[in-house]
Amino acid sequence: GTTILAIPFPGGVVMGADSRVSTGTYVANRTSDKIAQLHDTIWCCRSGSASDTQALTDYVKHYLGQLAVETGRSPTVKVAAHLMRKLCYENKDNLLAGVIVGGWDAVDGGSVYNIPLGGSCIKMPFAVGGSGSTFIYGLLDSEFRPGMSREEAHDLVKLAISHAMARDGSSGGIIRTVVVTEEGNAREYVPGDQLPFGP
Amino acid sequence: QWQIAPPVTFQQQQSRTPAPTPQATISSSAHNSSASTTQRSPLIVSTNSAVSSYPYLNPLLFLGFVLFSAAVSVMSAPISLAPGGSASRVSAKSGLEAATERTRQPIVTGTSVLGIKYKDGVMLAADTLCSYGSMAKYKDARRLAKVNDATLLGAGGEYSDFQSITDLLRRNALEDKCTADSLYEEDVNEECAKEVWNYLRAVMYNRRNKMNPLWNDLVVAGFSQPAFGEASEENKPFLGLVDKIGTTYEDDVIATGFGSYLAIPILREKHRPDLEEGEARALLEDCMRVLFYRDCRALNRIQIAKVTKEDGVLISDPYEIETSWDSASFVEPKGQLEGDGGW
Repeated sequence: GTTILAIPFPGGVVMGADSRVSTGTYVANRTSDKIAQLHDTIWCCRSGSASDTQALTDYVKHYLGQLAVETGRSPTVKVAAHLMRKLCYENKDNLLAGVIVGGWDAVDGGSVYNIPLGGSCIKMPFAVGGSGSTFIYGLLDSEFRPGMSREEAHDLVKLAISHAMARDGSSGGIIRTVVVTEEGNAREYVPGDQLPFGP
Repeated sequence: QWQIAPPVTFQQQQSRTPAPTPQATISSSAHNSSASTTQRSPLIVSTNSAVSSYPYLNPLLFLGFVLFSAAVSVMSAPISLAPGGSASRVSAKSGLEAATERTRQPIVTGTSVLGIKYKDGVMLAADTLCSYGSMAKYKDARRLAKVNDATLLGAGGEYSDFQSITDLLRRNALEDKCTADSLYEEDVNEECAKEVWNYLRAVMYNRRNKMNPLWNDLVVAGFSQPAFGEASEENKPFLGLVDKIGTTYEDDVIATGFGSYLAIPILREKHRPDLEEGEARALLEDCMRVLFYRDCRALNRIQIAKVTKEDGVLISDPYEIETSWDSASFVEPKGQLEGDGGW
């Protein structure tokens, strides 16, 4: 159970996630970090089985590193997303992983790809996933506009994830966000008692 | 309005807090209530016996009623207003009838209830969340209920069954009050918590035997003897649990659901029989905080309730407890390139 969200803006992407890992109804880890770095400015949000997504992340990280050395330049977000998709699709019978790959590259700027269960790969104006996502489709459909600024996108990510955490039993804890731009990555977290919308 | 004593860390002794404004007085029963329990049966009242207790109705109406109830009992309708479902459940033909035969699953559920005995009586705590599967659907549900002026009931599990049980107990309390020998306080035959606990055991076990349980873990709090009468000198605080299959036990500390795993060790460690009200509240709040951290179906909005000899049953308004999110584990990110991948 999780809520993950990524919203691009001109110049980059805001990636956000909650911090709860649950085994049934027990919170196994309330401080987890679901936003993993695949390359310098390419990140992915993980949902579904923690072990499956950690393994996938490790593979993609490895392949992207290799690719960067071989080609001499940074891989694009599209390549990272399709690598992830290939792994998810070829092993679809053995995996339970819903992933959002997002980041900045010089070719497309900020972009976001949603890779749900089964291994499809779809480029989207914004992407949301995990069990908590069902509660915020309405909010996002109403509040999202293409071409939002960095602050607007960041605020919407934090607001939407708070709303999901307020209603989904499998999401909770703190909100972790990463703002990915050409210059670098800015990490932030919102403590569980300072959420924009209370639990 | 009852102002609950502020929480105090239970290591330090705190000065006596001013007594809260009493809202209820404990009514008493002079007589042994064994007579009343035999009149009240946890078994289903079938429509026929209901008819037989009203022989003075209009004869035509009476006849119509008899024919109707006969028809109903012959058909064994799947839908029945009698508590616990139809008295005779024949083997199912359709899906609807099959559903009344087997044990159901809980739909809207509450999580843990905690209880401890302290110096003045008994204190219970529960959060105000009812979940709909994994969704936190009802965030202001009241899971602590006053049964009569001497008994407090808390429940986890199916909320509709809890409401039905509360209705049943309040109906019984009203019947006690109205059929008492007099309306003076010391003659009122009110059930104490221990009697309610025993009665609930019978109710829950009976439903379990029909493979159709009331899906609740109930916590009963109050005193072990009626407030007035010969036995009142030995009146001690009482705290007991009744589960969905009719298991009962009593103890100084009680917890249901996740609380039985996470809160009981803390309560056993810190409990003393002479805890002050503020200390008891702080202990329960600490346990509710742990449950909010570690139970997926918990909320940080809780209610505290107490039963004491002086003030009877008092239930606080819901309020939010403080939580802490600034340990290093939260601040430091773990998903960086050089990290291990995000755990």
